[in-house]
Amino acid sequence: MDDTIVAISTALGVGAISIVRLSGEEAIDIVASCFKGKNLKEVSSHTINYGHIYNEEELIDEVLVSVMKAPKTYTSEDVVEINCHGGIIATNKILETMLTHGARLAEPGEFTKRAFLNGKIDLIKSESVMDLIDSKTEEARKLAMSGLSGRTSQLITNFRDTLKNLLSQIEVNIDYPEYYDIEVVTEEKIKQEIAKMKKDLDYLVKISENSMTLKNGIKTVIVGKPNVGKSSILNKLLEEDKAIVTDIAGTTRDIVEGEINLDGILLNIIDTAGIRKSEDIVEQIGVEKSISMISQADLVIVVLNNNQKLTNEDLEILEKTKNKQRIIAINKIDLEKNIDLDLNLENIIYTNTTDINGIETLKDKIKELFKLEKLNTKDYTYLTNSRQIALAKQANKSLLDAEKSLNDGLPVDMIEIDLTNCFETLGEIIGESYKEEIIDNLFANFCVGK
Amino acid sequence: MEYEIIVVGGGHAGCEAALSSARLGHKTLLVTGNINNIADMPCNPSIGGPAKGIVVREIDALGGEMGRNADKAVLQSKMLNTKKGPAVQALRFQADKITYPKEMLKTLQNTKNLDIKEAFVEDLVVENNKIMGVILADNKKISAEAVILTTGTYLKSVILTGANKEPGGPHGENNSKFLSDKLKDLGFKILRLKTGTPPRIEKSSINYEETSLEPGDKKIRTFSFDNIIYKDSDEQIPCHLIYTTKETHDIIKEHLKESSMYGGYVEGVGPRYCPSIEDKVVRFSDKERHQLFLEPESIFYDDIYIQGFSTSMPHNIQEIMVHSLPGLKNAKILKYAYAIEYDAIDSKQLKPSLETKIIEGLFTAGQINGTSGYEEAAGQGLIAGINASLKLENKDPLILKRNESYIGVLIDDLVTKGIKDPYRLLTSRAEYRLLLRHDNADLRLRDYGYKVGLISDEKYSIFNKKKEDINELTNLLINTRITPKKETNEYIESLNSNPLKDGISLLEFLKRPEIKIEDLKHFIEIPYSSEVQEQVEINTKYEGYIKKALKEADKMLSLEEKSIPENLDYDDIDNLASEARQKLKEIRPITIGQASRISGVNPADISILMVYLRRKKI
Repeated sequence: MDDTIVAISTALGVGAISIVRLSGEEAIDIVASCFKGKNLKEVSSHTINYGHIYNEEELIDEVLVSVMKAPKTYTSEDVVEINCHGGIIATNKILETMLTHGARLAEPGEFTKRAFLNGKIDLIKSESVMDLIDSKTEEARKLAMSGLSGRTSQLITNFRDTLKNLLSQIEVNIDYPEYYDIEVVTEEKIKQEIAKMKKDLDYLVKISENSMTLKNGIKTVIVGKPNVGKSSILNKLLEEDKAIVTDIAGTTRDIVEGEINLDGILLNIIDTAGIRKSEDIVEQIGVEKSISMISQADLVIVVLNNNQKLTNEDLEILEKTKNKQRIIAINKIDLEKNIDLDLNLENIIYTNTTDINGIETLKDKIKELFKLEKLNTKDYTYLTNSRQIALAKQANKSLLDAEKSLNDGLPVDMIEIDLTNCFETLGEIIGESYKEEIIDNLFANFCVGK
Repeated sequence: MEYEIIVVGGGHAGCEAALSSARLGHKTLLVTGNINNIADMPCNPSIGGPAKGIVVREIDALGGEMGRNADKAVLQSKMLNTKKGPAVQALRFQADKITYPKEMLKTLQNTKNLDIKEAFVEDLVVENNKIMGVILADNKKISAEAVILTTGTYLKSVILTGANKEPGGPHGENNSKFLSDKLKDLGFKILRLKTGTPPRIEKSSINYEETSLEPGDKKIRTFSFDNIIYKDSDEQIPCHLIYTTKETHDIIKEHLKESSMYGGYVEGVGPRYCPSIEDKVVRFSDKERHQLFLEPESIFYDDIYIQGFSTSMPHNIQEIMVHSLPGLKNAKILKYAYAIEYDAIDSKQLKPSLETKIIEGLFTAGQINGTSGYEEAAGQGLIAGINASLKLENKDPLILKRNESYIGVLIDDLVTKGIKDPYRLLTSRAEYRLLLRHDNADLRLRDYGYKVGLISDEKYSIFNKKKEDINELTNLLINTRITPKKETNEYIESLNSNPLKDGISLLEFLKRPEIKIEDLKHFIEIPYSSEVQEQVEINTKYEGYIKKALKEADKMLSLEEKSIPENLDYDDIDNLASEARQKLKEIRPITIGQASRISGVNPADISILMVYLRRKKI
């Protein structure tokens, strides 16, 4: 890490100001060499300095330059931030000037990578920075901040402490087998401890998955036979959210048609094109395709017509969605009721798209289904990305293995292997257990500049 | 050169070192203070136990002597942790303190290329940081290409009882007065350590009615893979168990300040895992009693060793302490307990081969490296002997990995982490203990022993036959199927196992927790040795866990394969935390794996180090 890196730290686009950031041993020298104003090499650390950036003789911009000297900086290296006037051209010019004066363009995530490698932040915090940048809603932003607070690390550390205690008790019995006065850790006791930890870890995973839903959005598909009112429901939802309707076709998530922010909950509507254009998804793309969409969805909204008897198509849709998280919306309740539905089915709501109440019921139902009330935004202690959640699940699997082996009567030295694996896996979440690949992969995902 | 290799010290480390180097064809001299104390057991009369018992098996697998010698001296054999699983079982012997040294001396004297000399080494001949020989107390020089120091507790040792301090080694022997100062002059960091031993009492003065019997196992097992049993099982000598009383604790508390330890007469650091009785009473004050074992030392004399009662109290207090114990009211003390202080070197100054980093050709093993225990010493002695020999032969050293042996764990801990108190090997120090079992030590290490040259062709072919047998038996069990016939299911139900629904192979059937390999003899003959059967049974029953352990070990090995150049300039690496930089410079790990185990070197430092090595394409 001997070279100095530079990147535009603010989003590209027209704004009042943009920030170009440099980090590295020569950060101050490089900026000083193209700055007219105070001599930046002589100013005190953590000061803001007014002046102008020149490329050779050409004036680029009027700027404020923050000079922060190591080690009390984001990366633990010398950091300089140039606040310049916003706009793509001016900002890029400044970036180019820095590049021609000896800085290297930062790789994605490199500032945070340096912060991590310099011991400034732990793994979970560096991931949180990435989450913070990516967060699309206020809820997601708060979640990311909770990762930064270190509360998540503390929680994982607590799990590990419990395991460490259990392991050392087992080990005392192994190393001092004939000392009858030492309390012997019975299988019963191990079982109890494991059961409790498993429950807690399960809860953490579940609630974290919900929080992931918050962050990534709930993949939602609206299905129903033609003319039941799918597009009306969709449009009603879209009306609710006046801010965000994005067409992001062509991105990797090309099946996602739009994102709807409902009180901080992000709904990713899958393939609404079919719905909006023809009102006829089942007919148009066939049941097969709808099934594949259904299988990818976190939430399926099945729309039925209150005014009609159930058809074979309706019954097939109900059958195909029965194991999914689903809401059955009985639409057109302002018309005569002819529907012959088994009302014992769960999560039935009644909508009438001419009236706002139906949509409110739908929204409440979504919140209820995803237990979003439970996600107290003030007290987030969750795993905040899929890597962490996958590791937590893996750790839980080790506990499950241990439990199973205990029940099968396997000896304690086998159980210990599962417990140790659980301990190590949890360590990977917080970067206590060392794994090269994680670090390599992790930083490739950061956006440039942060 | 008068000798190729000189071994200084005739304890457990010295014996293994001298035997291995002589057996590998190098002209070897063993220098010891007193020939009669060769392979002496100055503390407990036992060999083996958790982790240590596995070390003895490993020594045997590699071609060392301790296992075989212990088999000749067995008084009582006991397999520990049998109620737990195979990974933590370990053999322990009560070993005869007369027979063990006598047999070892005999072996030494009958070994070709090996001379024994009674003398004290007080200095080393070093030229250009290379060892050239030793200088004896009478100033006589003996030249050699390599020297192995196995000086035990004899460096500047002091015997302590209460306020009484006497320079000297165990049994009132002389000590080495100047060698540790010479080592210090050469650049070694010297540590002061302490250990202790309990009183011995006369057997006939014990009232055994107030004790409970601790017999040996029904069957005597052997440490050595030679499997020669020297004693009938019913000739075993039992141990006895007693507990300290409130009176004992009161006496200790009242006279605490009179002990060397609590009176402030001790400079050395004592072993955490083998505390003195006064330590136990003070540190675990909530415990009402502590367990003590009365252990026979030999069939040739009457001393009984009080395991768990080591103390540095003055003699008069020891008297009343002993007499406060159940069954020992009238006990006669034959030897008083004492603490002993001695010098050791900082084991971080060693390479994983046990050669010192400072002086080429100088190796150290045993208590001088800060360990405690006969087995730990012997294991190091063997490795030092092998590696000194390999060095003379210009070959790469034998460095055992943590997933291969307890000896590897021990040496890696010593050279990577260093020690603060006398180091005792514990099962819990090994990460991959399911792989490091008592029963498979030969399968793990015999190939190394053969390659080095300590295992004869004859023994090696016996070992290979065992491996073939294991394969054959496994295949037999895979290829033999049982089906849900009435007779078969009746038998299976009689074993409290669920009847078959479909046909399965015997190997699958053996995976059931309640089924033992013995039970399969109902279906087929198993014409293989019990060791072979045991291997197949363990491999089958614990297959899933063995795979998990291997997977974990592979993760470690991938870091172990990334080597760090010996001359790496850590000052050239930016951003290493200063503690990490200092530790890395001191220890100079040979692999990333070793670096990651250094305390004070964090994962972030490892990433920086790896990024640096990758960038420099090292």
